[in-house]
Amino acid sequence: MSNPLADMAKPDVIFCIGTNMTECHPVAATGLKKAMARGAKLIVADPRRIKLAELADVYLPIRLGSDVALLLAMAHVIEREGLMDRAFIEQRTEGWEEFQRHLKGFTPRWAAAICEVPAEDIEQAALWYGGGKPSAIYYTLGITEHICGVDNVQSLCNLALMTGNLGVEGAGINPMRGQNNIQGCGDCGAETFVYPGSLPITDAAARDKFAQAYQRPDLDLGEAMTKVTAFLECGKSLHAMLIDGENTVVSDPDRIHCEHALRSLDHLVVIDLFLTETAKLAHLVLPATGWAETDGVVCNTERRVQRLRAAVAPPGVARPDWWIIAQIAQRLDIPGFDYSSAADVFNELCSLSPTYGGLDWERVSSESLSWPVPTKDHPGTPILHVGAFTNGRGKFQILGYRDPAEVIDERFPVWLTTGRRLQSYHTRTQTGRASGMDYLLSEESLEVNPDDLVHWGLRDGDWVSISSRRGSVQMKVRGTVRSPRGTVFTSFSFADVAVNNLTGSGYDPTTHTAELKVCAVRIEPVKT
Amino acid sequence: MTTKATERKQTMTLDGLEVPFSPGETLYEVARRHLAPVPTLCYDPRLEAFGACRLCIVEVQGMKAPVASCTTKALQGMVVSTATPSVEKFRKTLLELVVSENREVEVNPLRGFASQELSTLVNRYGARTGRFQGKHSGKSNKTDLNPFILRDYDLCISCYRCVRVCAEQEGDYAISVMNRGFSTQITTEFNADLRDSACTFCGQCVQTCPTGALADKKALRSADLPGEIEKTRTICPYCGVGCSVDIMTKGDRMVGVQPAMDGPANQGALCIKGQFAFDFVQHNDRLKTPLLRQSDGSFKEIGWEEALEFAAQGFRRSLEKHGRRSVYGIASGRAPHEAAYSMQKFVRAGFGTHYVDNCSRA
Ligand code: SF4
Ligand code: SF4
Ligand code: FES
Repeated sequence: MSNPLADMAKPDVIFCIGTNMTECHPVAATGLKKAMARGAKLIVADPRRIKLAELADVYLPIRLGSDVALLLAMAHVIEREGLMDRAFIEQRTEGWEEFQRHLKGFTPRWAAAICEVPAEDIEQAALWYGGGKPSAIYYTLGITEHICGVDNVQSLCNLALMTGNLGVEGAGINPMRGQNNIQGCGDCGAETFVYPGSLPITDAAARDKFAQAYQRPDLDLGEAMTKVTAFLECGKSLHAMLIDGENTVVSDPDRIHCEHALRSLDHLVVIDLFLTETAKLAHLVLPATGWAETDGVVCNTERRVQRLRAAVAPPGVARPDWWIIAQIAQRLDIPGFDYSSAADVFNELCSLSPTYGGLDWERVSSESLSWPVPTKDHPGTPILHVGAFTNGRGKFQILGYRDPAEVIDERFPVWLTTGRRLQSYHTRTQTGRASGMDYLLSEESLEVNPDDLVHWGLRDGDWVSISSRRGSVQMKVRGTVRSPRGTVFTSFSFADVAVNNLTGSGYDPTTHTAELKVCAVRIEPVKT
Repeated sequence: MTTKATERKQTMTLDGLEVPFSPGETLYEVARRHLAPVPTLCYDPRLEAFGACRLCIVEVQGMKAPVASCTTKALQGMVVSTATPSVEKFRKTLLELVVSENREVEVNPLRGFASQELSTLVNRYGARTGRFQGKHSGKSNKTDLNPFILRDYDLCISCYRCVRVCAEQEGDYAISVMNRGFSTQITTEFNADLRDSACTFCGQCVQTCPTGALADKKALRSADLPGEIEKTRTICPYCGVGCSVDIMTKGDRMVGVQPAMDGPANQGALCIKGQFAFDFVQHNDRLKTPLLRQSDGSFKEIGWEEALEFAAQGFRRSLEKHGRRSVYGIASGRAPHEAAYSMQKFVRAGFGTHYVDNCSRA
C-alpha cells in the first residue's frame, strides 16, 4: 500500500475495485465505514453484489475481466472534464501528452458495452474520483488474478497519476495483501524477480552484491523462473523441490496438472504444520513450529514491520522453518547458514536490504515502523512517494483492453469467479481446524442468481456438476442476489471440492499470476 | 494565520493543579492524562462518549450540579474537582445500584478484555453491600448455540458499549437495545440468534463489555484449567492487515486471543478469524515428527538427524545428476521473514539461481 491503513478513514472519495474488503479484510473495512460516516463517497466496481456494493454511492457491476475498459473510460472523462492535477502532471510525470491523445477514443459509451454497466454510472464514478481531494484506490486479487493483472494495476496508476493522488495523506493506490506475511515474503526476496529489498535480479550491481555476500561467484544475472513455469518443468529440467508451508495443490489453479507435476519430482521435501494435500505428495515431510510458537518478524499490507512472539511450546520435535532450511543447507555445505536464532537471520536480512537498513531485531521488537527505513535514525515511511518517486518520474502507460484468456461460448456459457469467504482462510488448513468455524460455514456451495436457478430448473441445495475446459466438480447451489445473472461464484477454501480443477485458463504474461478470477463453465443438474 | 487561537496554550485547574489541555479535549481525557483516577463504565476511548452511567461525574466550580466528565469539553479557566466526598459518595451509591442488578460481580477474566472493569470498581468503592437486591435488567439468552459468544445478559448493566462498538466501530449494526430501565434488553434484530443477524462474530462487543455479560465462549472452555492467565503480544496469523493481539495462555496451553487496544494496525479491532480461529495451533493433527514416505506410500516417523540427511542427499543427488538448475524452492506467505529469507538464500547461495517463488501468484 502506498498509504497507511489509518488513512482509510481520511479520503473524500474511496474507489474499491476487485476487493471484497468487508469479507477478506474486515478490520480495514472499519476505516472505510468511518470515512463514509464522515461523508466520504464510495465507488465500488465488482462483478458480484458483495456487501461493499450495498454501501456504495455508485456501484458498477462490471463484467468479469473488463476492468481495464472501465478505468480507461474513467480516465477519458477526467481528461475531458479537465479534472487533472496539472501541476502534478507537469512536475512529477512523463508521457502525459501521448496518454492524453490515447484516451480520446475510450468513451464511457464504449466501455459500457464491454463492462455491461450504464455509461452514466461510469461518468459519475469518474467525476467523483477525479474531483475528490483526496481520492484513494483500494484493490485486491480481483485486480491481479487476471491475465491482464499488470494492465489493471497500471490503469489504476494512470488514474492516480493524472489526478495527483499519490504521495498525499488519504490518497494512494492500496493493494490489500491476503496473507499475513505475503508482503514480507517479497521484502525478503523470496520471489524469483527480486533480491531482498526489491533489488531486481537484472541489476548487475545487485548481482555482485549478493554474489559476494552469499559467496556464490556464479550467481545468475537476470535469469528467472516463476512457480508457474516451475510446475511445467517438473520432471523435465527440475527434479528436486523444497516447499515451505504452502498447500499449493489446493490453492493453485489446475489441480490435476499441479499434482502431476509434483509427483514427477525425484525429491520433494515439504515443511508444514499439517499433512496437507501437498505434503502427502512429498518424499519427506518436516514439522515446523507455527504461529504462537515461533519468534519472528512479519510485514503487513501497509509495509509495517512487526514482531511475532512465541507463547507456547511447539508439538513434538517441530522446529522453526529457518532452522530446518539452515540445517539442510549446512549439510549441503552451503556457506553462511550457521544461525543460532531468528534474530541472527533477521539481522542478516537488514544488513543486505536497503529498505530494511535501519531496522534490526531489537528495533522491531520495540517499534513498529513502515519501510523504507534506510537508517537507524529514520522514522519509517508511512506514505510512499511524498514529493518525488524513487525512480524519477511517474510514467503514464499506454494500454488497451483485451478479453480474458477464456470467454463464455455455447459449450461453456456461464462465467465462474472465485474468491475467499470471511469465515475461512485460504485452504482452511488453519480455519478448518479451529473449533466452531463449521457452525458458520461447513461446506462449500456455488452462488447462483435466483433467476438463473429458476431458469436452469434448479432449487436451492440441489447438486450440480460444473465443468470447464480443464475438469469438473460437483457442488450444491445456493441462490443469492450477490451473483449477477450468468455469473457464479465459489471459494477455493475446501480441499474436498477441488475448484481448482476448473480454473487456470491463463496467466499474466509479465507476473505469471494465474487468472483465477475468470473462467467459462457449464452447469448441469446431478441426479441424486 | 488563523491558527493563533489554538496555538495559545489553554489551561484549567484539575484538583488544585493548573494543567494544560488541547481544545476539544473532554474533562475525562484531561483527567486521565494527569492520572486522576476517575471511574467509568460506559466509556471506551475508541467510541463516541455516551454519558449514560454517570460514574465519571466531576464538580465544576460555578455549576450547580456535577457533570459527566466524559461528555463535557474542557474550557479555559475551568476549575474541576474529580473526587470530592460528595462525588465519591454518589459513585458508591451508583455502583451499589449497578451491583444489585447483577447475578454476580466476580467474573472470569477469560470472558473478555474489559470484563473486570465493574468488579474492580466495586472493590475500589467497597460497594458490595447487598442493598437494592432483586431487580434485574436483561435476561440471559440460553438458546443461542453459537460457539463463540456467550450472551449472559443477567450481568448486563445497560452501558450500551456493545451496541455502540458494533455500530460505530464495526458498522455492522447487528445488535440493538429494546425497552428502557429495568426491562432494558440487548438483542438482535427480531431477537434472533446472532448467526441469523448481521453479526460477523468479530467479538468486539465481547471485548468491550465491562461486566462479562458478553463473553468469549471459546476462552471459557479453559476456565477450570489451573494456572494464571499470561498474555503474549504478537500479530494475527491470518490476513495482511496485521492486527496486534495478545495470546492468552495458561501454562503451556493456548486458551484464547484478545485484541491489543493499542495495536498500530487495528486499534483494538479484530475479525472472526483473528479473534476466534486460534485453536489450529494446538490441534491434534499437527505434525510432531519428520515423516518419511515408504515404498508402499505410507509415512514413517523418523528423527531429525535421519530426516535432514535424507533431505540434503536428495538435493545433492539432483545437483550432481542434473546440475544446479534442477532445484526449486517455494516460500510461504504465512511463515515469518526468517523462513522466507532462508528459503531464497538456500536457492541463491546453494545453487546460484533465482529458482525461488512464493504463493502470491496463486
Ligand atoms: S460480534 Fe461484532 S458484529 Fe457481532 S454483535 Fe458483536 S460487535 Fe456486532
Ligand atoms: S484479525 Fe482479521 S483483519 Fe485482523 S489481521 Fe487477523 S484476519 Fe486480518
Ligand atoms: S463514563 Fe461518563 S457517563 Fe459513563
